[in-house]
Amino acid sequence: MTELTKSDAGAGTAQTAAVPAEAEPAIKRITQWGEIRHRFMANRLAVVGLIIVGLLLFAAAFAPLLAPYDPLHQDLANTLASPGGEHLLGTDALGRDQLSRIIYGARIAVIIGLASIFLACLIGVVIGALAGYFGKAIDSVLMRVADVFFAFPLLIGAIVIIIVMGRGVAPVVISLAVFSWPTVSRLLRSSILSVREADYVLAARALGAGTTRIIVRHIIPNSIAAVMAYAAFSVGSAIVAEAALSFLGVGVSPEVAEWGNMLSAGRDFLGVKDYLWVYPSIAIVLTVLGFVFVGDGLRDALDPKLR
Amino acid sequence: MTTSHVTADVPAQRGTDGETPVLEVRDLHVEFKTREGIVKAVNGVNYSVKAGETLAVLGESGSGKSVTAQAIMGILDSPPGRVAKGEILFKGQDILQLPEAERRKLRGPKMAMIFQDALSALNPVFSVGNQLGEMFRVHQGMSKKDAKAKAIELMDRVKIPAARSRVGDYPHQFSGGMRQRIMIAMALALEPDLIIADEPTTALDVTVQAQVMDLLAELQAEYHMGLILITHDLGVVADVADKIAVMYAGRIVEQAPVHELYKRPAHPYTRGLLDSIPRLDQKGQELYAIKGLPPNLLKPPTGCAFSPRCPKAQDICRTELPPLVPVSEQDGTELVGRVSACHFWKEQIHG
Repeated sequence: MTELTKSDAGAGTAQTAAVPAEAEPAIKRITQWGEIRHRFMANRLAVVGLIIVGLLLFAAAFAPLLAPYDPLHQDLANTLASPGGEHLLGTDALGRDQLSRIIYGARIAVIIGLASIFLACLIGVVIGALAGYFGKAIDSVLMRVADVFFAFPLLIGAIVIIIVMGRGVAPVVISLAVFSWPTVSRLLRSSILSVREADYVLAARALGAGTTRIIVRHIIPNSIAAVMAYAAFSVGSAIVAEAALSFLGVGVSPEVAEWGNMLSAGRDFLGVKDYLWVYPSIAIVLTVLGFVFVGDGLRDALDPKLR
Repeated sequence: MTTSHVTADVPAQRGTDGETPVLEVRDLHVEFKTREGIVKAVNGVNYSVKAGETLAVLGESGSGKSVTAQAIMGILDSPPGRVAKGEILFKGQDILQLPEAERRKLRGPKMAMIFQDALSALNPVFSVGNQLGEMFRVHQGMSKKDAKAKAIELMDRVKIPAARSRVGDYPHQFSGGMRQRIMIAMALALEPDLIIADEPTTALDVTVQAQVMDLLAELQAEYHMGLILITHDLGVVADVADKIAVMYAGRIVEQAPVHELYKRPAHPYTRGLLDSIPRLDQKGQELYAIKGLPPNLLKPPTGCAFSPRCPKAQDICRTELPPLVPVSEQDGTELVGRVSACHFWKEQIHG
C-alpha cells in the first residue's frame, strides 16, 4: 500500500494539488479498482472529460424529456429564427428547433460512437489475442489482414460499404468498426508479446491451465489497459467520422436529427446564419474533447508506469 | 560423447526397495535450437525421487537444472527447446509419451511447481484468494464460495497471518516472504505427489529464507510428497534435502546423501562449491572461488566439461568423458546412493 501512495505522490507534476486522500483514513484497504479510480479522479482533465461524457449520455438517454420540441416537427411559419426567444438556439430552414435537434443528435452520436468502437474492440481483441499469443504464421497472416484494413482511408472505405449496404445506423456502425479494429489488434498484440513471457503465464501452465484459460484469464486482463484507453479515445473520433459521413451525405438519413446532418444543412447559410453550424460544431468538439480527456485519464490511471 | 555410460544409480535404487519412485528421470537429453546452433542444455540426466523424499539439484546458472525441471513439468518452451532423448517416469509411467492434453491433467493435481520470484509468478490483476481458489474451481469444479473458504484454509496452512482478511489482497500488497508462501500454497492446493521448487528462496531476504524452507519441508513431510529442490545455494539445502545431485554443464557430476556430500565430496567441482562457502573460522582469509566460467554449451569442451576449470585436471580429463560411476570406500564396500563422474574420484574422496 505504501508503494502505491508513493507512486501517487510522484504523479503530481501536472496536477500538484490532487493527492490529498492518503492522510485521512489510517488503515483502509485499497482495492485495485479503488486505486485506479483514485488515480483517475486525481486527474482534473479526466474528471472534466467524465462530466462532459456524463452529460452527453444523460442527454442521449433522456432526450425526449429534455428537448423542448419534437426534433422533426417543422414549424414552417417560423423558419430560420435567430437564437433566443421561443427557440433557444434558433430554427433551421424547415423551422425545426435547433436545441432539440442537438439533444436528439447526442443519441445518434452515442449509439454509433459506442457501438462501432465496441464492435471494433471485439474484432480487434480476438484477432490481436490470437496473433499475439500464437505468433508465427498465425501472427503474420492476421497482421497482414490488419494491414490491409489499416491502409484503407477510413472515409472512402466507409463510403463504399455504405453504398453497398444502404444508409442507416447499422451500416455506419459496421463500416466504422471494420476500419478501426486493426489499431486495437495491433495494440493488444504488442502488449501480449511481452505479457505472454511473464512468469505467471509459465506458472499457470505449470499448474495445469489450458490455452484458453491462459489467454482469457492471464494474458488479456494484463494487456487490456492500452486497449481500454484507446477505446475511450476512439469513441470521440468515431463520432467525428460519423458526423463527417452524414455531412458528406452518406451517413444516417438526412432528416434524422444528427450533428453531421445539421452541419451539412448549415453549410448553405455560411456567413448568413452562422448559428446553424456553430452550435452542432460545439457539440461535436466538446464530445470529442470529453472522450479524449477520459481516454487520457484512463491511460494514466491504468498504467502507473506511464508517468 | 553420447551417453554410452551406464546409468549407475538407477538400477541400484530400483533394486534396494520395491517402492516405485514418484519420479524417475532416465537419460534425459534436452536441446535448444538457436541461430548459432544446437545448445545441449541437458545431456543424460538420471535421478529419482520417492514419496516423502527431498532431492536437491545443485548447480550454477546454465547447468541445466531448471531446464530439467521444465522438461519434467512439460513447460519447456518448444520450439526452441525439445526433449531429444530419455524417459521421464511419473509413478512408473513415461509421461513423455502422453499426449499434451493428458500431461496437462497431471499438472496441478499430480505435480506442481514453485517459482523463484513469486511477484512475477502471480497474476497481478487478480487477488490471491481468487488465484488460489481458481485451483479448486477449475480442477475440482468447486463453487466460488467454497473455493474462497479453501483459499483461506490454505493461506492459514502456509502460516499467513490474518488469512481471512488478506484473502482479497493483490500480490503486490504482500511482502516477499508472504508471496512465496502463497506460491507454495498454490502448488500444494491439490496435494500433488511431486513438487518442484525452482530456487524458491533465492529472491528472498536471508532471514525469511530459512522460514520458507522450513515451511516447505514441514508441508512436504505432512503431505508425504516427493520434492525436487533446485538451488545454487549449498547453505539452503543442508537441513532440508535427503540427497543432492550436483549438475554441471547439463550432466550430473555427483550424487550423494546430503551429509556425506558435505563431509566427503567425490568430485572436484563439488569440492570447489563447498570451499566457496564463507566460513566463520576462516575470517580474514580470501574466499575461495572456482576459476573460470561455465562452459559454452554450444561448444562443450571435449572430455570432462569441468576440466578447463579443474585444479586437478590431467590429460585424460581433457580427452575422455568420465562416466558416472558408483563410489566405494577404500576397502571396496559400496557407498549406497553415491556416484561421481570424475576420473579421479578415488583421489578426491580418499585424499
